[in-house]
Amino acid sequence: MSGGPSFELGVLPHLDAAYNLARWLVRNPHDAEDVVQEACLRAVRFFGGYQEGNARAWLLQIVRNTAYTFLEKKRFGELTEEFDETIHATDTDRPDAEAALLQSVETRMLQEALEGLPVRFRETLILRELEGLSYKEIAEVMSVPIGTVMSSLARGRAQLREALLAARDKEVQRGLQR
Amino acid sequence: MACKDNTPLLHGYSDGELDLVRSLEIEEHLKTCASCAQELREQQTLRKNIRSASLYHRAPEALRARIIASASNAPARAGEQSRAAASGLRIVKRRPVLEWLAVAAAILIALALGIRIIPGALNVRQDNLVAEELVASHIRSLQPGHLMDVVSTDQHTVKPWFDGKLDFAPPVRDLAEQGYPLIGGRLDYVGGRDVAALVYQVRKHYINVFVWPDDGKRGGDRPDSVSKQGYNVACLSSGGMRLCGVTDANAEDLRQFMLLLVR
Repeated sequence: MSGGPSFELGVLPHLDAAYNLARWLVRNPHDAEDVVQEACLRAVRFFGGYQEGNARAWLLQIVRNTAYTFLEKKRFGELTEEFDETIHATDTDRPDAEAALLQSVETRMLQEALEGLPVRFRETLILRELEGLSYKEIAEVMSVPIGTVMSSLARGRAQLREALLAARDKEVQRGLQR
Repeated sequence: MACKDNTPLLHGYSDGELDLVRSLEIEEHLKTCASCAQELREQQTLRKNIRSASLYHRAPEALRARIIASASNAPARAGEQSRAAASGLRIVKRRPVLEWLAVAAAILIALALGIRIIPGALNVRQDNLVAEELVASHIRSLQPGHLMDVVSTDQHTVKPWFDGKLDFAPPVRDLAEQGYPLIGGRLDYVGGRDVAALVYQVRKHYINVFVWPDDGKRGGDRPDSVSKQGYNVACLSSGGMRLCGVTDANAEDLRQFMLLLVR
């Protein structure tokens, strides 16, 4: 392959990771492919390949930047979504029945709830839970301090939990009306 | 400790990202605070659900093929630089003199330290070389058709397959119940000898476990971990064997897995 070592070591082994992140950021398969393809080209051409260090974090950072540029162009408007603490305040004294409900959440609900999260919380969760990156690697990809990673995860997970419970309630109500 | 301030720390704790002192503080706190303990349990349930649901999007084969094709057409490095320059990008020139000075300084420091810790330094260097080889081997194994010679989730199929192919019998355990299904094995060549490679899966990631007889010179029964090129490597010794796991899953998952493997 004439892409050179940066391509073989830096790009190809991490293609699934790149696509997964792009897919979750832009939320549709077609655009995700475009983003990944452009990111890979940027990775190989512009940056002349990574020199050393963490190739996956390096590539994911490029994918992320490409995806954000794409989102801005498309004016999805999700970058301006504000997080409202008062609406999403977490109640820690939740009865056990709700914990049991959480255990039976289905993939579809999770998918929808994750897609509904503000993009910054969504990407932190994807990088952590699906990609298994460490806080340090996530900080590198997102260019933020490690402390921000931890607080984004805390808020993202709290919001996700609220969204799942809300979705579950809706489902139950729909069942009752039938 | 006020509970409200604890919430992010609780996440750091369940992600295995806190330092020892903080972790111990949280553990102390959890013993007496029911609401934080409940919060932690709910977090763990949620995370388990995310991990077990099929939410991972693998790159489509067509995309992979397109990217490989377009990279083959990419212009050579010289072209890149002039194009980058033309588009107004500043290219940072390497500074050979400074680099050589840095290398010289590093050698001097290494010599100064090496005098006192030669055996340790040698081990670290050797381990480092092995770790690099392991990562290279792991990457190679993920290229199409290279991952497994024997495809089976049954440890009683995988283990006998190695008979007669190696001068030792690698321990083969299925850890499907613990979330790490065995999916196969193959022969590999690392550190100048034939080794067994066992392939496990954790969520959507692969773990290659390389096994060879321990020379007894180093390694305890706790995993030594390093990270290279975005891959995590953890090695430990057990039952006369050296076992090294390599994966792109996170370091904590790998550590837990390695401990389960030799339990």
